[in-house]
Amino acid sequence: MDTLNDILFYVLMATTCICALAVVLTQNIVRAAAWLLFALAGVSGLFFLLGAEFVGSTQLLVYVGGTLVLVVFGVMLTAQGPFVNMRIGAAEWAIALAVGLVLYGVLSTSLIISNPPQSDVNRHVDATMPDSSVLGSSLLGQGQASPTGFLTGMPPAMRRERKPMAYLLPFEIVSVHLLVVLIGAAYLARAKRRRAV
Amino acid sequence: MTFAVGLNHFLLLGAFLFVCGAVCMATKRNAIGILMGVELVLNAATINFVAYAHYNPIFQVEGQVFALFVIVLAAAEAAIALAIVLNFYNNHTTVDVDTAEELKG
Repeated sequence: MDTLNDILFYVLMATTCICALAVVLTQNIVRAAAWLLFALAGVSGLFFLLGAEFVGSTQLLVYVGGTLVLVVFGVMLTAQGPFVNMRIGAAEWAIALAVGLVLYGVLSTSLIISNPPQSDVNRHVDATMPDSSVLGSSLLGQGQASPTGFLTGMPPAMRRERKPMAYLLPFEIVSVHLLVVLIGAAYLARAKRRRAV
Repeated sequence: MTFAVGLNHFLLLGAFLFVCGAVCMATKRNAIGILMGVELVLNAATINFVAYAHYNPIFQVEGQVFALFVIVLAAAEAAIALAIVLNFYNNHTTVDVDTAEELKG
C-alpha cells in the first residue's frame, strides 16, 4: 500500500473510532443515531479502501440508507415524555468502562501476540477480473473464477488445495430469509385491531 | 508490528468497534440504543471479514460473501427488533428496558 492509502486509512479509522465512541457516550438517542450514521459511513469508506467496492456500496445502501432510517423512525415513534430519566449511575458507567478497557486490552494483546499471517505481497488474484465480478460470478454459482490456494495454519501433512466454491444456494437462502423476516416484522408491528364483541 | 497499514490495523479497529458496541449494549437503557450497539458489533465482524478477504487471497470471495450475509442479516435483525420495540412501547408506553420485568421470578 502506498502513502495515500495509509493516510486515507488513518483518516477513516479516526472518523469511525470517534463516531463509535460518541455513540456510546452520548445520552441523547437522536444524537446517537446521527453519530452511528457517520460511523457506518466511515466503515463503508474502509471497505472501498480494501477494494471491496460491492460490499462498500451495499453497506451504504442497506445500512446507511435502510437500517438507519428504520432506527430513526423507531426513535420518532417511541418518543419519550420530557421528564423520563433514562440515565445510568456513575458507578455503572465506571464498571462498563473498566470492562470495556479490559476487553479491548485482551483482544488487542491476543491479536498482536498471535500475529495473523499476512500475504498481501504474494496476492495472485486474476488481474483480468475486478474483485466485484469475481464475487458476482461466485454468487451466481460459478466458482471457477474464485482464487485457489493452500489453506494456511495447518500442519504440512494435512495441506491440500482448496476447491473453488460457489455461493448460489446460501445467497438464495439469505434472500428468502430476508423476505420471511420482513413479513414477520410487518405482522409484529401492525396496528392492533379492536376485537368486535 | 510496523506502521505501514496491514491486517493488524484493521483487526484492531474491528476490536475497538466491537468493544464500543458491547459497552453501548451494556450502558444504554433505551432499547433502540441497545440496537445501535448491536449494529456496531456486527460492523466490527464485517470489517474483519473484508480485511481477511483483502489480505488473504484464497479467502477473497469468502470474506466478501460473508460480509454481505452479515449486512443482510443485520438488516433483518434491525427490522424484527424494531417491531418488537414498537410492540413493547404500545404495551408499556416506554422503551426503557428496565421496565420489562414481567418474566422476573
